[in-house]
Amino acid sequence: MQPTSPNFKANAKAALADRPLQAALGKLAQGFPMRRAEAAARLPEFERLRDQARDIKDHVLENLDRYLELYEAKVVEQGGQVHWCETAADARAAILRICRKAGAISVTKSKSMIGEEIAINDFLEQNGIEPVETDLGEYIIQLRREPPSHIIAPAIHLSLDQVADTFLEKHTDLDPNRAIREPRALLEEARTRLRGKFLGADVGLTGANMLIAETGSNVLVTNEGNADLTYGLPKVHIVIASLEKIVPTLEDATTILRVLARSATGQDMSVYTTFCTGPKRPQDLDGPEEYHVVLLDNGRTKMIGSEFHEMLRCIRCGACLNHCPIYKSVGGHAYGWVYSGPMGAVLIPNLIGMETAGHLPNASTLCGKCESVCPMRIPLPRMLRRWRQRQFAAGRGGFVAKTALGLWAGLVTRPKLYRFLMGLGVAALGQLGSKGKFKWLPLAGGWTQVRDLAAPAGDTFVAQYHKGPRGDQSGDLIRKGWRP
Amino acid sequence: MNDPTQPNVGLFATCLVDLMRPQVGFAAVKLLEAAGCRVSVPEAQTCCGQPAYNSGDEPDSIAIAKQVIETFSEFDYIVVPSGSCGGMIKRHYPEMFEHDSGWLAKATALAAKTHELLSFLTDVRNYSPTGVSYAGRATYHDSCSSLREMQVKAQPRKLLGAVAGLTIAEGNEAETCCGFGGLFCVKYPDISESMVDAKIDDIVKTGADTLLAGDMGCLMNISGRLQRRGIAVRARHAAEVLAGMGDLPAIGEPAKGRD
Repeated sequence: MQPTSPNFKANAKAALADRPLQAALGKLAQGFPMRRAEAAARLPEFERLRDQARDIKDHVLENLDRYLELYEAKVVEQGGQVHWCETAADARAAILRICRKAGAISVTKSKSMIGEEIAINDFLEQNGIEPVETDLGEYIIQLRREPPSHIIAPAIHLSLDQVADTFLEKHTDLDPNRAIREPRALLEEARTRLRGKFLGADVGLTGANMLIAETGSNVLVTNEGNADLTYGLPKVHIVIASLEKIVPTLEDATTILRVLARSATGQDMSVYTTFCTGPKRPQDLDGPEEYHVVLLDNGRTKMIGSEFHEMLRCIRCGACLNHCPIYKSVGGHAYGWVYSGPMGAVLIPNLIGMETAGHLPNASTLCGKCESVCPMRIPLPRMLRRWRQRQFAAGRGGFVAKTALGLWAGLVTRPKLYRFLMGLGVAALGQLGSKGKFKWLPLAGGWTQVRDLAAPAGDTFVAQYHKGPRGDQSGDLIRKGWRP
Repeated sequence: MNDPTQPNVGLFATCLVDLMRPQVGFAAVKLLEAAGCRVSVPEAQTCCGQPAYNSGDEPDSIAIAKQVIETFSEFDYIVVPSGSCGGMIKRHYPEMFEHDSGWLAKATALAAKTHELLSFLTDVRNYSPTGVSYAGRATYHDSCSSLREMQVKAQPRKLLGAVAGLTIAEGNEAETCCGFGGLFCVKYPDISESMVDAKIDDIVKTGADTLLAGDMGCLMNISGRLQRRGIAVRARHAAEVLAGMGDLPAIGEPAKGRD
């Protein structure tokens, strides 16, 4: 997907004016955070589990090469195959090779952010293979040719009416006067259409919430059961996953599962949790005949050991999006690529470059809410600041901003000059702002566009304090109207 | 005045209090003295450097941090009427000197004795105001840094609970960012506007006539937007009310005798 991240400001402005989007974001803001808080409160060991989950991934990242080799050996032992892919193009090519070999014309797909990252759907279409998204939200945005706006709720930006309109527009073989304004009717229509696709698919393409080194399994978590029909019915199952998804053992996987759904949707567990291990064995009644894992790097090994190392702990639960006041204001599409929210603002510049995604780490108040809910305790605000440091060091802050900051810092580090100039400044502003506030002030346009600016009192605190009569600096004189 | 058993407190007023709202500084002095502290206000203080730090300007933030560390190291405690500037000193100064062991030791020592004003009054000095009143219904905004970097939540409510005539009406979104974010609010004014409007809607829902908080950044942002929208909720730093200075003009109101 062509990133629109450089247009973040315009994207955000449009999103703020988009009423259906704002209504949808309002609902999200109320739902997910409340349910997460309730789920966390129900589980006394939740905070301890977060520590454990963090430690598991830290350990994996310290020993990633070893666990990847163990994992591959296990996959091969069960009759599967691992395809190591450095770039998105490598991964696309590997998937196409497997599909071609299977003679595939139709591929069902369960939700995968890596699938979005490598834009596999467009690529398969260009090569004459029909990709069919089977997660309801993904199916809707596939019909609309939109990227997901949320990592676990890809169509969260749409209203029910917008979905109904999409179905009426795209499902042209059905009665245009049918009643589909109710959620149930929409669900039934999607279910009916997808049932045939499930049965007819040649290849099933899934993501992976985790890869388990001990068993060579991949874990799939859904609420719709679509992943099970995606991998279980076709002859070939392709798992596409990035390499940091590895965990050492089944036990570790269950620890992470205990924080995943609680953080994401507030469920104790997602409705369906599936462990897939290799292709069908002789004694199995069903299952795929081939099992492939397309293991993607796409810039991640470069993050190891960098100041963004800890981002690789992310399990894509979406909690940071759900709790982010910026995300809740502008939604996911404003970020301009497949990821969004705080995790996106840290990850996207790593994957598509700081030049393209430079706005994202800056568009944050660093309020810290994301870190406070992240099940993997990723210090997201610190990493957003790291990106700003890189930008500043590369001179990308803009000449005016850099010069202004430099002048200001020069002043702040010279207290006597600072006192003198600030004294003059607040005296002048105090005189001008006799009504207590400014509606407009030169050089303060960004502030006064939205709000009034309180006027200073006429003299600084430090100056008043030191000029005031000793022994009565405690405010009583101020109360009586004392002015130096 | 020079009781050696009293802790020697350096008041870091913060640049916003110093330049925009001196009475918060005086309120802080009054409260600290009432809580049994000797208070000094070093003239060499300017700003904690947060605008530079959050803009990615490491060299300037380090220069500013060194100056703050040198100015305040002599005191038993450094008290700051802001969770944001307090958090800068307590959490971020040590981060800055990760690779400079000499300065790291100094930064860590300063961080250990740095406190946000309201939590210092309750947690360190076990102080509770007496004989203070404020007629009104106030809602309290938890600034992000106070809440998440300085663990300030119950302390201001406990202190304000001792003020006669004052009721606190909690907002559902008391812990949600107001959209200030330092330079964020001028770099991304559209998003900031949406955030401060959501904050204001929540304040209005509480039926409060007064907004209290412990950070001037948030207070100037929210009060400036309240005034722009013509909503009659007055904004004050909590220290002003606690120090019995709640009758002074609210933020953005004309000084008495000048209107």
